[in-house]
Amino acid sequence: MGDIVFAIVAIVIGIAASYGLFGLLNFLLSLLPARIYQKNSWLAFLTPAAVLVILVLVMPLFQTVIWSFKDKGVKEWVGFKNYVNIFTDVHFLAILLNNFLWVLVVPAVTVAIGTIVATLTNQVGPTLEKIFKSLIFMPMSISFVAASTIWAYFYAYTPPGRPVIGLLNAIVGWFGIGSQPWITIDQGRLNSFLLMAVLVWLQVGYAMVVISAAIKAVPEETIEAAQLDGANAWQLFAGIVLPQIWGTVMSVFITVLILVMKIFDIILAMTRGNFTTGVLALEWYNRFFVDSNLGSASAVVTVLVILIAPLMWLQINTARQQEILR
Amino acid sequence: MNKIAHLVRRLNLGSTVALLILVAIWLAPTIGLLITSLRPNEMAQTSPWWDAFLNPLSTVWTLDAYQHSLQSGMLDSLINTFAITIPATILPLMIAANAAYAFTFLDFKGKEVYFAVLVGLLVIPVQSSLLPVLRGMVWFQKTFHIPLTGTYASAWVVHSAFALPLAIYIFRNYMMTLPKELIEAAKVDGATSYQIFWQLVLPMSIPSIASFAIFQFLWVWNDYLIAFIFVGEQKPVMTYRLLRLLGQFGQGWRDVAAGSFISLIIPLIVFFSLQRYFVRGLLAGSVKG
Repeated sequence: MGDIVFAIVAIVIGIAASYGLFGLLNFLLSLLPARIYQKNSWLAFLTPAAVLVILVLVMPLFQTVIWSFKDKGVKEWVGFKNYVNIFTDVHFLAILLNNFLWVLVVPAVTVAIGTIVATLTNQVGPTLEKIFKSLIFMPMSISFVAASTIWAYFYAYTPPGRPVIGLLNAIVGWFGIGSQPWITIDQGRLNSFLLMAVLVWLQVGYAMVVISAAIKAVPEETIEAAQLDGANAWQLFAGIVLPQIWGTVMSVFITVLILVMKIFDIILAMTRGNFTTGVLALEWYNRFFVDSNLGSASAVVTVLVILIAPLMWLQINTARQQEILR
Repeated sequence: MNKIAHLVRRLNLGSTVALLILVAIWLAPTIGLLITSLRPNEMAQTSPWWDAFLNPLSTVWTLDAYQHSLQSGMLDSLINTFAITIPATILPLMIAANAAYAFTFLDFKGKEVYFAVLVGLLVIPVQSSLLPVLRGMVWFQKTFHIPLTGTYASAWVVHSAFALPLAIYIFRNYMMTLPKELIEAAKVDGATSYQIFWQLVLPMSIPSIASFAIFQFLWVWNDYLIAFIFVGEQKPVMTYRLLRLLGQFGQGWRDVAAGSFISLIIPLIVFFSLQRYFVRGLLAGSVKG
């Protein structure tokens, strides 16, 4: 009970303080002469956000880059040693390959299934559409850890002689194949692909919702005109609908791509990076929380930031274009 | 007869069947875990969940696993998760709405550049700044003797900061659609920026604020990493406890299953009751090409 009271008191104080902050800032600025206040009132609105972003995002980012050139305890400079070490480490190169596979597979598969579901749900009438969409969309609200639990159970392995409880092993069992410890099989990176399925499962709902909105915005006339010309369902989709929703499909693709590059929790929960399933963000975690090597962890995450940076530029550009359109 | 044929055509049988199969695949893993959480421990170990699914009447159903899970710490974790999530949802909304107002309606030097930086920050992985922030907090509490790490407040601060770029971006996009004349008129009447924000812009921006709030609530509720680093085992959240449970299979699947569903209940309620606003938020946040 004491915990609950403490939690509630903490919540109330925290929120009240933040409201008070903006009032106080404005009050301090309003003490200045009217002309100066008019010109600088933006400071009262922007300062809290700026302070938080600089202290928690920007400065630490630079600090991480600096640390990547330092030793284990970030005391001595070591030059490029951390980078040389990771790029000559076979284990790390396998991780880069995994990241590459994730990026190659997950966004494309997610967008493809999302588009298919959006197209199908558009044809079954409003009631069924709503139900189907909700069910496919539902995983969006689930944590990566809970999703991993759900799928770990689906992949579950029980040694021979004990009852099969994992559905996947039961299904392959019907085809006469014995139980497999799926998550540990790294031949052809099979286990990595099984982990990717979890993320696809989580993200298809997002792709479906956004693409479905775009499909509904396609003008009826263009579809009717094509129907009159005798186009079949596939021609209608590929020739008329797809070109008009392409911009949205690409934006979903990029959003999922950014998420995939940072993928972390699913692998931590399912394998902790064992059985050659590691990825960059998890390697950062392991290098610090398992090996206590801050320098090398910083180098790993710096590599991740460098790989993601081009997407940053892309994001700024699309935001700019949107501004011009407005 | 004709009527039935018409109905079938309207239902579009092919699409319906395809979707039914897809939904079955989508739901099967979740249903499996749900059923396991509702069975007695010995049954969950020795017979597969689909036995219970196919013979629901001859199966023993029980809530023992939930009771056990709540008693062995899940209830504390539920409280911790709430205590972190609610302020970490409300604080960034306040801060971001203020900042978005400045970016939309006020003029200052370097506005475009600051905004571009903010959009760029949308992409940066949280991992790149967490460890320096942790070090900074440790230094702070050693110097000023105010505990930070291991408290809710540290998670509020970090979550708020990471939410700001997206929140400001979404709010600004929305505020740009508000009628400019109204704000100009208020200015002519002598209202200060502070009054215009609180009395005009903030109330009119409620739709976008509400949809982002749902987004942020789910994000913080489901987060593992920030809660693990800044709050850790002193006030373990549900994802933290769940991950520990998953690591020790000796406990059996049943407890893990019950723990999962306890952590899922609140997000699912939020999701199904506020789905419309959630979808609206998604559509607003997606950068259309």
